[in-house]
Formats: sequence, structure tokens, C-alpha cells
Amino acid sequence: MGSGKRVVVIDYEMCNLDSVVRAVEECGGDSVVTREPKVLDQGTHLILPGVGAFADAMANLRRLGLAAALQEQVLEKRIPVLGVCLGMQLLARRGDEGGETPGLALLPAEVRRLRSEVPGVRIPHVGWNEVHTVRPSRLLEGIQPGKDFYFVHSYHVVCDDPADSVATTPYADGFTSVVEHENVFGVQFHPEKSQQAGFRLLRNFLAV
Amino acid sequence: MLKVRVIPTLLYKSMGLVKGVAFDSWRHVGGLMQSIKVYEMRQVDELVFLDIAATREGRGPDFQLVDDFADECFMPLTVGGGVRTVEDVRRLLAVGADKVSINTALVTDPELVRAAARRFGSQCVVASIDARRRPDQVLEAETHSGTRPTGVEPAVLARKAEELGAGEILLTSIDRDGTMTGYDLPLVRSVTEAVSIPVIASGGAGTYEHMAEAVLQGHASAVAAGAIYHFTQQTPHEAKRHLAARGVAVRL
Repeated sequence: MGSGKRVVVIDYEMCNLDSVVRAVEECGGDSVVTREPKVLDQGTHLILPGVGAFADAMANLRRLGLAAALQEQVLEKRIPVLGVCLGMQLLARRGDEGGETPGLALLPAEVRRLRSEVPGVRIPHVGWNEVHTVRPSRLLEGIQPGKDFYFVHSYHVVCDDPADSVATTPYADGFTSVVEHENVFGVQFHPEKSQQAGFRLLRNFLAV
Repeated sequence: MLKVRVIPTLLYKSMGLVKGVAFDSWRHVGGLMQSIKVYEMRQVDELVFLDIAATREGRGPDFQLVDDFADECFMPLTVGGGVRTVEDVRRLLAVGADKVSINTALVTDPELVRAAARRFGSQCVVASIDARRRPDQVLEAETHSGTRPTGVEPAVLARKAEELGAGEILLTSIDRDGTMTGYDLPLVRSVTEAVSIPVIASGGAGTYEHMAEAVLQGHASAVAAGAIYHFTQQTPHEAKRHLAARGVAVRL
């Protein structure tokens, strides 16, 4: 039994997949973890998780043939994709971690390092912080505005079109923490580590 | 606003949960899994798991055990103890750690910190520094579960860790560990002033006010504690209520 939602969690050999998989199952989805490009066909939804460095992650996605498969599923077949943390950043056109690296270009955006001139504002941004909805959002439906989610990152996404930025977080001058662009979704925090609010967000994604 | 984290620390030697006094005389304090389930139910901010015997016993992390713990929690986990190679880091992340803490290897093999940060990102590499006060009160970092002096001041080691790419410092006072007499505030301050990455203060919490001091006077980004939760009625949630009353932003 299941919800009929089959989530393909993309494994590019860099991150913690266990917790994403368990969170998806907790939310009623079936999941399959893969590094085989052809398995991406089997999903109703795709999740690109992430921990690590942008350049290495892109190199792995290309080497495994996953970058092209993702682009095909998302751009041609219009399968919804959710990028988590580094996974969200990889959706962008390019990252500036360790020199400029082209990203998956599924989201018109680029990735920049968090910066702050304020002494108390430490980078990386680690811990629970607020997510404020700034535009109607499918992912954040039913989640109280300003709810805390768990972050651990040094880079953030800057959208070309502000309309794609649906929620922001007040840290280091504020940054986009949730993006929605057609069937492309991304969250800078870790829903799989954010307990009840995180599960609600994942259920919202499965309902897309 | 970013919340100050209140983090229970779970120390273990292979199977049981232990708590120490000044990094010695560890006693078993019940089933680890049971503690994890309680913290999961109470939705704590984060957990730190440290295998305090791995380095002393010359072995690596117990991946199966970490996998079992991680399966019980949907909250952030920092895992440490016996981490010696990039492959150890990769495997810990693969079984469910969000961050990996490196203590002895920070001193004996600093390139490990650099390599791990480059491959997995700074945000998941925690430099764990154990500090002891010498009889002349000078602070010194120690490795191998507080059995080997390094001759280096904790603040100097912390700065080096940041340069190597560590994304966070877990700073433990060996002298205060398990004593419940308060964090070593000058130690905490010396490190928070030396680095621009977050610092988790650890060792000595006996009251909620001790935690407030670590934040308000020590400028810690998070407060870790073990004994206070195992041996008193105090809880992470009540700690956060106290911190909130003292004007500290926490997640309630």
C-alpha cells in the first residue's frame, strides 16, 4: 500500500540518503534510491538531496549521467523535483564554490557564499532559523509563517526572478530559503531533519 | 533569527551510554537507544554522539551502531569518535550523521580536516577541541580523550581548524566535564573571539543559568550538556524556556 507516489532519491555518492528516505516513507511515499540514470523514469517525484561541495557534486552528477537524466525528466517530462540544501543549489545555473562551476540550470538562479559584515553573524549558518513565506507557496501550505527549520550551509541561492523566491530567512542580510519555479522546488534547510514542519513540507511536495 | 541550540550529548563506549567526570571514571547510564527515542519524542534541537573509546582502543567508528541510532531520529546528528580517514567521514554521513566531529586527528592529521571539508563541505566538519587548564591556569588542548597534551592553546587550535575548513567547533572543558559547576567561560570566550564559525560550548552545565552564561558571556552558538539531563530532572525544553526568559532566541 502507499499513496501512489514514488519518489526517486538521487544518489550522487555524496550524502546522507537514509534520513531523506525514511522521511519520505514517514510521509507516505515509496522511495527508491538510485545512481542509475534510467531509474529516474520510474518516479512521480524526484528528490536531489545534498551535502558537500558544489563542484564535486556536479562532477559526480555528470560522470554518473544523472545530470542529463535529471534535465530530461524535469524539463521535458515535467516531473517535479525537490532540491534539498546543496541539492537546491545544484538546480541553479552556476555556483561559485571553488571557482565558477555550471549547475543543472533547472532554476534561473546562481549560488553565492553567505557573507556578513556583522561580527556575531557566524558562517556557516548552522541551526534552527525562521522561514518566512513571501509569496504563495505550494511547499509551505499549512505551515505557520516564521516556523523554524534546520539549516547547515555556507552558500545560498539568488534567483534571477524574485517571483521564484517564495520564502526567505533572516540571516546574513537575509537569503532565499525556498524556491518554486514551475515544477522545480528547492529548500535550503533540511526538511528531513526539521521534525513535524519538515514532514508537512515533504507531504506538500508529494501532493504536487 | 538564528536560534541558540540546546544539545544533549550522548557519550558511549561500544554499547552503553556513559557519563564521565573530568573524562575519567565513566559510568553506564542506561540504554542509548532509549535516550535517543526520548529525545526524538521531545524534538530536541540536535544531538551529539561521541564514541569515547574508539581512539583509545585504536579503532574506527562503529558504523552499524551509528546507523541504528540515526534510524531513530529525524533531528540533526553530530557523530564523533575514532574518525581517521575521509572514508570514515563519508561512511558516517552515509549512515545518517549530518556532521562529523574530528578531535584527535585535528592534531595528528590536520589534512584530514581539509580533505573532508573540501569533499563534503565545511558545514559538516566539526572540529572537536578538548581543553584542560594546567596548574598555572594556562589552557591547553588535549587529544585521545584527554590523555595527551598538545602544547597548543585551544583558541590557536580553533583558528587553525577554521583555516583548514572546519565549519564548527565543539569545545569541551575537560576540567568541568560532568562536574555540573558551570562552563569554563574564559575558555569559551577565548575560542568564540578567535574564530568566526559557530562554537558549541560543552562541559560543566549544571543549571540552566550556566547555559545562559555560555551564550550571553561566552558568545556560544549552542550549549551541549550530558550530566544535567542524565542525573537531574532538568530537560532541554526547560533549558530553552529559561534561555528565552533571559532574552536568548531559542526554538520552543
